[in-house]
Amino acid sequence: MIGGGARSRDPREKRPWTFYALATLMGVFLLFLYGPMFVIYLLSFQGPNGGVTFPMVGVSTVWFEDILKPGQMANIPVAFGRSILLAAIVSTITVLVSVAAGLGFRRRFRGSGILFYLAVASLVMPSLLVGFGIGLGFQLFGWKADLFSSALAAQLTWTLPFGLFAMFAVFNRFNRAYEEAATDLGANAWQRLRWVTLPILLPGILGVAMGAFTLSYDEYARTTLVAGNRNTLPLEIYALISSSTSPTLFAIGTLTTTVSFLVIGATLAFVFRLQRRRALARHG
Amino acid sequence: MEAVGQATAFTAPARARRRPRLTSEAISWLQVGPLAFILIVFFALPTVLFLVVSFFDYDRTGIYPAFMLDNYREVLTTPATLRIYVSSLKFAFIVWAITLLLGFSIAHFLVFHVRSAAVRTVLFLLCAIPFWTSGIIRTIAWIPFLGRNGAFNQALIDLHLIDQPLEFLLFSPFAVCVTYVHLFTLLMIGPIANSLAKIDPALLEAARDAGASRWRTMVDVVIPLSKTGIALGSILVFTQVMGDFFVVKQMSGGQSASIVSALATEIQAMQYPPAAASAMLLVLFVAIMVAGMMRVVDVRKELVR
Repeated sequence: MIGGGARSRDPREKRPWTFYALATLMGVFLLFLYGPMFVIYLLSFQGPNGGVTFPMVGVSTVWFEDILKPGQMANIPVAFGRSILLAAIVSTITVLVSVAAGLGFRRRFRGSGILFYLAVASLVMPSLLVGFGIGLGFQLFGWKADLFSSALAAQLTWTLPFGLFAMFAVFNRFNRAYEEAATDLGANAWQRLRWVTLPILLPGILGVAMGAFTLSYDEYARTTLVAGNRNTLPLEIYALISSSTSPTLFAIGTLTTTVSFLVIGATLAFVFRLQRRRALARHG
Repeated sequence: MEAVGQATAFTAPARARRRPRLTSEAISWLQVGPLAFILIVFFALPTVLFLVVSFFDYDRTGIYPAFMLDNYREVLTTPATLRIYVSSLKFAFIVWAITLLLGFSIAHFLVFHVRSAAVRTVLFLLCAIPFWTSGIIRTIAWIPFLGRNGAFNQALIDLHLIDQPLEFLLFSPFAVCVTYVHLFTLLMIGPIANSLAKIDPALLEAARDAGASRWRTMVDVVIPLSKTGIALGSILVFTQVMGDFFVVKQMSGGQSASIVSALATEIQAMQYPPAAASAMLLVLFVAIMVAGMMRVVDVRKELVR
């Protein structure tokens, strides 16, 4: 992830006191980061008579079963399916568009400055306002807002700049000598892209795909005004927060976080395997 | 539509070899074309649209094209506007200071103190993974933790540090700040770590050989060389807090509103012109702040090389 700045340091060198201070800070920060999340994972297994706070009154999975029962939670499984589908579409478009744009940005071209700042602006724009603007536009043209038109567009204004900047980071570390070698060996531009550039960039591209997927899967503020009448999972969860006072909310939180973790874990495992295979190939 | 644009973008370089008339500038434009299209149609135009609507007239049944400044006059003269801007700025400043200090320390630890690349990657991933999970869930996760009978109060009571549960923990400005720091510190760690990793270790050795203390090295070498990361992280954290819709609403217990949640109320009441005027005000405000921070460093030069 981050290139090492300390590679040339002697490993036997004594640690300064700041190391111990910062290591402690790091530990406390990780506790701070994960502590509250573990509290809700734990509470989602609350016993049937327990409430939304400690103590735990027994252990059960009734709150998970609650989600699947017909009734108040009926929309959750459907919304979950929609969210996954939308996230997959967003992720695919983000990868295609931002990899191409990353390639384009390697050369200076007229308007590159404007496009760059447009991407920055799109990234820092208060999220709800993006949805507001798109919603107004759809109303102006008399179109109906829908998950796979207006909401998809709203999410792309957030995942594309993210994907573009991630591609900048990827290309920063890319050694162009490989491309030159491919050209010298007679590869045409398409072969060079297909067999040299893209395979080298693959771990970075997978990172962009995963990032875009999870950003879309959890997106709320951009989507809420333009989702039409079919809700995504975060919109359903948001609606539940004010009405639900049972640990079911935590059970939903546990499930959706599990899905995020699975996506992240699978991607990371794949990237690490890829890198290990490459390292092995390099060292014979 | 996207897929078609994409196909041209990818095959463009190949065609360029056969037909050398396609300039490298044209290839670049084919490659960035889809991005430019989406950002212009779904970001730039909608923004222009609510700029236009902010001058419109409205009543209970609809909005009417007009050019009037009443919406702006109303937004700028309401005392509530100043109040939420001051309260949002206060949050933004506190959260910025905390995330900067915390983010810089952690980035510094990861880049300069952790010697094994594998450990560094694992620690960085541990920081990053929560960022890829739901912000809403991470926000409400603080409720059972900070509540009156929450895990934190329980722990303090069990340790005999307090005998009454602390009341200010949840549904308070404190809870809002804690949640922001929890959600946004990674936005500082990432860019700063990226800047720090680019510093040549030889520079640090040179500083040490020249007799600089660790503190002097930090102030004169490390911090100046990481200012791009600091500026980028600051922009991200600042804009996230100013654009927050959910955290203040959920965690302040109704004590304060955020700029955007006040705006959302107007949108839900279909009062589009005044909502658009407050939106423009916020966009201008954020744009000026971001432009100010970008003046400090040339972010573009740093990112695209």
